[in-house]
Amino acid sequence: MSSTSPPNNHGIRLVSEEHGEPNVVSSGVLGMTLFVMTEIMLFSGMISAFAIVKASSAIWPPPDQPRLPLEETAFNTLALLASGVLLYLAQRRFNVDRESARIPIIASVGLGTFFVLFQGWEWASMLAQGLTLTSSTLGSFFYLIVGTHALHAIVALGLLFRIWRRHAMGWLQPSQLATAAVFWYFVVGAWPVIYWQLYL
Amino acid sequence: MAESIPVGHGADHADHGDHGHHEMSFTEKYVFPLDHKMIAMQYMFTGMFMAIIGGFFAYVFRMQLAFPGIEVPGFGVVTPAAYNSLVTNHGTIMIFWVAMPVLIAAFGNYLIPLMIGADDMVFPKINRLSYQVFLVSAFVILGAFFVEGGAFGGAWTAYPPLSTKAEYNLSGLGSTMWITAVFLEFVAFLLGGINFITTAMNSRAPGMKMWDIPMVVWMIVIASILFMLSVGPLLAGGIMMIFDQNLGTAFFDPDRGGDPILWQHLFWFFGHPEVYVVLLPAVGIVADVITTFSRKKLFGYKTVLYTAIGTGVLSFTVWAHHQFIAGIDPRMANVFTVTTLLISVPIAEMLFVYIATLYGGSITLTTPMLWALAFIFEFLIGGVTGIFLGASGNDIFMHDTYFVLAHFHYTFYPIAIIGTFAGFTYWFPKMFGKMMNEGLGKLHFWLTILTFNGIFLPLFVLGAAGQHRRIYDFQNYPELAQPWMQDIRQFATICLCVMLGAQLIFFYNVIKSWMSGPASGKNPWRANTLEWTAASPPPHGNWPEGLPNVYRGPYEYSHPDREEDYWPQNEPA
Repeated sequence: MSSTSPPNNHGIRLVSEEHGEPNVVSSGVLGMTLFVMTEIMLFSGMISAFAIVKASSAIWPPPDQPRLPLEETAFNTLALLASGVLLYLAQRRFNVDRESARIPIIASVGLGTFFVLFQGWEWASMLAQGLTLTSSTLGSFFYLIVGTHALHAIVALGLLFRIWRRHAMGWLQPSQLATAAVFWYFVVGAWPVIYWQLYL
Repeated sequence: MAESIPVGHGADHADHGDHGHHEMSFTEKYVFPLDHKMIAMQYMFTGMFMAIIGGFFAYVFRMQLAFPGIEVPGFGVVTPAAYNSLVTNHGTIMIFWVAMPVLIAAFGNYLIPLMIGADDMVFPKINRLSYQVFLVSAFVILGAFFVEGGAFGGAWTAYPPLSTKAEYNLSGLGSTMWITAVFLEFVAFLLGGINFITTAMNSRAPGMKMWDIPMVVWMIVIASILFMLSVGPLLAGGIMMIFDQNLGTAFFDPDRGGDPILWQHLFWFFGHPEVYVVLLPAVGIVADVITTFSRKKLFGYKTVLYTAIGTGVLSFTVWAHHQFIAGIDPRMANVFTVTTLLISVPIAEMLFVYIATLYGGSITLTTPMLWALAFIFEFLIGGVTGIFLGASGNDIFMHDTYFVLAHFHYTFYPIAIIGTFAGFTYWFPKMFGKMMNEGLGKLHFWLTILTFNGIFLPLFVLGAAGQHRRIYDFQNYPELAQPWMQDIRQFATICLCVMLGAQLIFFYNVIKSWMSGPASGKNPWRANTLEWTAASPPPHGNWPEGLPNVYRGPYEYSHPDREEDYWPQNEPA
């Protein structure tokens, strides 16, 4: 057991520095994972509520309501999944050669932004076709769940954008990239479930 | 934050370092602090302030029940709408603005870094944000009393359609403010919970292994995990309710394709784990207090820990026992009866562990010890009466009577009030560096405990006689307006008034001891855990001379090889 070492020049003592062993996961990643845990339960709550209302309706989907666009959204889903894969590649590259992570990070942010804009356009077209927040329970759940997901996607994109800026300045730390990535993987991973439950 | 060059594990640690080497202004130190102890004090005193408000509400509506139609001193005549909003907000405030902030946020913030040998939380800025969001939520829930239509009056469980339609709950904007406040409050505890878990996992002192963590820290960590896993569905339900109230959606409106029972599921999926979210920290506080004052090792450290985890897992499978008469399938009710009765097993196990810890110890009956013993005794009554309600057949008769009300007050009161007093009086010397007056402490204890039983034991009788919970004036129901029943109601109300008055002794004691109590020194109780090795009160950074190392578990009392009957965790062998 080593004796207490003096604090480092930033005034904090990291347990891992004294022991020469890193924490199992960095605090940022652990904190974000816990947050994502809550978010998963939030979406589970919404999606299971939707499933219950859907199952207990005599006729589903509501007959006088427009259908949700399957093919376009499937394409958009692929774009979002690709964005997640690119961020994973960026993370792997970052550990080997920091500079080479630039392109995949930018591509990931770009595809993510495309996803949000595309989904926004879909909202606008569904509204034009008469599916509104109050027109039916389908509409209510559609805008509630997709809207909540969109909010998460926008916040996550903000994080990724900051990651990109930090990377450009040369400040980016692996744990910061990993923290933002956990959140983005959640946004990416939640979407196929929403697509499956809501659209199919 | 963006300009600092991160070290070690990232920007959060860099954040951590940039406060502490300069003199802090008043605002930095007391209004927007980053120090975990100051944030804990903010939570503690906000919680106590809210407890006074919640207690005042209880006084007003109990006066109405005991003496219907009188002008309540300090309030005036209680209208039906006012009665509804008082009971609703009494429940909401006592659970979400008293039990949660004091037991989890205040004790969690104060104790976790001190007990695991860290200089602060891992994310101090998130910690500060947590309190600020909480404070805003407190303003929102209290602000509802000043808007048109008054505060929300749809009961703290907010069942739709009562809660979604203003013509039923008699409050317009107030109901939206209520759900918004609850929502904000959950966000605050989400931020706090992330901090507690991450700090306890990643910043422990060198040498502190998993089984060396004091029980109260474990319990707050497990409670935070439970909270974070259970709160999501209620947040979802909360958004849906705000939409139903304000945007004209029909999530919970059966006429337009919605489902009112859905809310009950979303609410109780959170609501039942929530009981254990507040119970576990109190159980942890009691563990630390009784080991110290019986000078014995905790009987079965791992047993308590594993039963706490088991309770947590089980608590996700019992929620529908609140809905036995809501029209759920009777076969489903059987399943939930079984899980509900099962969950009493781990809780009973914990109580037995505590009794075994006390057995044969050299017990000192200090004020904190009295509170801890009272917790075990009173919570036992709450637990045993819960078995009656968990059995679905019996619950059909008992549902929504005062028996239910007395039952959950026998669980929540020991948790939120008795557990808090045990912890507060135990750690008061650490928090303020002064000893509390034992005589006044014991007087306050006995008055509070006796009147508490005086309030709620009679209510079991009334509940068994069929008295319904949500009635404004029993004089309208001849079978509930019999003279003996009214006598019992008046007795309970008088006990409540005495109990509220007795709290003045507590506040007097706190202020007087703080101002002029005898200095406590570092370790007045001769306890083992790390917080007692820091100065009282601990300075910024907790151990400026260097953070401690840990060599053993937290409960090594009366070790045979030692001359002294305690063995601090940081003392080398």
